[in-house]
Amino acid sequence: MTTVPSPRDLDFLLYEVLDTAALAARPRHGEYSREAFDAVIDTARQLAADHLAPHQKANDEHEPHVVDGKVVTIPEVARAFRAVADAGFIAATHDAELGGMQLPHTIATAALLHLDAANVATASYALLTTGAANLIAAHGSDDQKARFLAPMLAGRFTGTMALSEPDAGSSLADLRTRATPMDDGTFRITGTKMWISGGENEIAENIVHLVLARIDGAPPGVRGISLFVVPKRLVDDRGAVGATNGVVLGGLIHKMGWRGTTSTVLNFGEQGPCTGYLVGRAHHGLACMFHMMNEARIGVGRAGAAMGYAAYRYSLEYARTRRQGRLPGEKDPTRPQVPIIEHPDVRRMLLQQKSVVEAAVHLTMLCARLVDDLETAADESVRREAGLLLEVLTPVAKSWPGEACQEAISNAMQILGGYGFAREYPIEQLYRDNRLNPIHEGTNGIQALDLLGRKVRQDDGAALTLLLARMGATVAAAREAVGGGTAGTSTNGGGTSLGAAHTLGTLADALEAAVARLAATTGALGEASATLPPARALANASVYLELASRTIVAWLWLQQATVAARALVAGTTGDDAEFYRGKLQAARYWFGWELPRTEAQAALLTRLDSTVYEMQVAWF
Amino acid sequence: MKIAVCIKRVPDMDVRFKIAASGTAVDEAGLKYDMSDFDGYAAEAALQVNEKGGGGEVTALCLGPDAVQETLRKALSMGIDKAVHLKCDAVPFDGWAIAQALAAQLGGGGYDLILFGRMSIDSSNQSVGPMVAELLGLPCVTAASRLDVSGGTGKAQRELEGASETVEFPLPAVVSIDEGVARPRYPSLKGIMAAKKKPLEVKPAQLGAVTVTVTTMELPPERNAGRIIGEGPDMVPELVRLLQTEAKVL
Repeated sequence: MTTVPSPRDLDFLLYEVLDTAALAARPRHGEYSREAFDAVIDTARQLAADHLAPHQKANDEHEPHVVDGKVVTIPEVARAFRAVADAGFIAATHDAELGGMQLPHTIATAALLHLDAANVATASYALLTTGAANLIAAHGSDDQKARFLAPMLAGRFTGTMALSEPDAGSSLADLRTRATPMDDGTFRITGTKMWISGGENEIAENIVHLVLARIDGAPPGVRGISLFVVPKRLVDDRGAVGATNGVVLGGLIHKMGWRGTTSTVLNFGEQGPCTGYLVGRAHHGLACMFHMMNEARIGVGRAGAAMGYAAYRYSLEYARTRRQGRLPGEKDPTRPQVPIIEHPDVRRMLLQQKSVVEAAVHLTMLCARLVDDLETAADESVRREAGLLLEVLTPVAKSWPGEACQEAISNAMQILGGYGFAREYPIEQLYRDNRLNPIHEGTNGIQALDLLGRKVRQDDGAALTLLLARMGATVAAAREAVGGGTAGTSTNGGGTSLGAAHTLGTLADALEAAVARLAATTGALGEASATLPPARALANASVYLELASRTIVAWLWLQQATVAARALVAGTTGDDAEFYRGKLQAARYWFGWELPRTEAQAALLTRLDSTVYEMQVAWF
Repeated sequence: MKIAVCIKRVPDMDVRFKIAASGTAVDEAGLKYDMSDFDGYAAEAALQVNEKGGGGEVTALCLGPDAVQETLRKALSMGIDKAVHLKCDAVPFDGWAIAQALAAQLGGGGYDLILFGRMSIDSSNQSVGPMVAELLGLPCVTAASRLDVSGGTGKAQRELEGASETVEFPLPAVVSIDEGVARPRYPSLKGIMAAKKKPLEVKPAQLGAVTVTVTTMELPPERNAGRIIGEGPDMVPELVRLLQTEAKVL
């Protein structure tokens, strides 16, 4: 089986682009070394190959179903969850005193990519548990940590985030689940939640739901929402799991993909009392939940990147071995057929995938690296800047990988032809599984509003200004790497060191122009928002999100290309040289084929195109 | 109870190998290395026997250049207590030379059980374990798929063609381990961190004289792609003709 992500590519990102080895010098990670980081990733690789990949298909074909009120999943799911927990991945980034391993987020993310790529539906039970555990660690009381967090980190309890309701999905401000205060300080929870992933399962002893609800009498809107821990079964002072707690499965939702993870309707307090424990302060639940949601959003991007990468690697191997046809100009039918990778149009589809999936993994890893800086950098200004960059990058890191990888997986399917469309091959499942990513954890439309309406504006645009400055620094570094300008006249890409330098210089010029375009477009939209109604000013936000995403991806590719060009100019040979040339060529593809679309997008945005806004409901 | 498990660092087999310029070895550029598969089973067997017995000690040994320490660390991260690196520039092909180095280290070590993988997955000689047994004058059982030890006696199950047999042997003994014992455990994150603090002793390998060497190494010839000559009974004569004239198998 092909390893995803490719070990060489992962090493490149971790140690040549993101300087992850430096994290081992920070006090929180002082016990680690590069060797230990690699050993952790090796364990993830083994787990993925032995415990997750083998039942990826079975978990899709035999999706969870209800028997006598209980959810039945194939037994491999619980075994895999146990193995992931025993290896230490649920608690990996947590404090040692909580039973965690204080692993940097960057390495945890690198490890989790393998689990996502092998079997996202099974991996989700562990990932959801980690997310819920992180929230309790950040905002829970000591009692809540002892009672719920410790068993979650040990893999005895699973976790969920229960936000959405049948009539309150994207609009959380309108949620209706109620919390009634009791004399003992607890709350009685009543209401219905929907789309709750992992909301019912039998793979562990207990389920810890993190539920958003309104305390009786709370103000309307987002300022009246509080967060509660609601266990499926009550847990006593000594940690023993006891009676059920009035959380009843209303039904399972039958999905297009990601089928192995239960998606549930849950009724709270409908059959017997349901006790909830307030997390953090009353009416501040959404702020607490966003702690988990930002992380979950980056996690969505990671899952999309992993699935896209898996499809790319599969179609690449297929294209290398599948023989069909002869090249145009070959008239002799007795000549052997060529592997389809020899056909330029197949290479086009592979290059599109490569340029997307390798950048998607980079974007995910960059966000994780920034989370590490935010939490553990010694310098206050580094921490502050990491926080700013995460603000502006999160909507892109959530939306772009899933969106772009859908097209990439489609190309993988196209390369396999009919086999790609057949259920006997893995591509169609990846296509279905990934399709969730533009939808959940805030639709991509919500991300667009978040980016244009909030993130690029707040603090006088401080986050975007910083991001653009970082892009400028990457342009300067690329020029410095080739000796101050566009050198040479070779046009063969990265084929020679001279070609590498030439390519890099050209890319640097193009990114500089793209950065100016993004800045100018943002400025124009900012001016317009001062006079236009908000709904009008934000009407084309999705186009802005795409413009920003494509520019950010170009920035990532220039970073990768600069490292590659430096290595080639320094005389790297052999397989490494081929690897670096591939990086340069993928960067060339992105800049030549994908980035130019931002020109049309910038034009549409700058002229405040009103086609969509003015379209009337009655005209459809 | 003292158990030794001898492990080998081998290339990851999931790659397309190239022959080095010497023509007698694989090109090591870009290769990844790991513990040989069967040695992983041996390590697992050692840990299980030790856990059942309680209170013993498991030592991993590996012969080769400095890079093998990475493989030893992996063994330590699985839960093995200590490691010995028998250092030499390169691992010879000659199992007899290797066996002498291992026997020199193992002899007098007081080990009750010395485990090997059934064979290394790179050179597949299956020779070093039995040779070490011979050098140390110990009973030897090869290709055990189950291993139990109690009170100075070992019991091993061996898989035969369509049957299995159980053999008993006195300790100390040398046993080579086949698949069938539980899958090798993963190094957990806790195990990986604990391994950094476990002892890893480095000693020069006292290799015996090398008498067997590789003279040439070549890749298997590329297979031609299959060819579909048509469908249905009408094509049978053509198929027979091709099998006679081209494939020359009829």
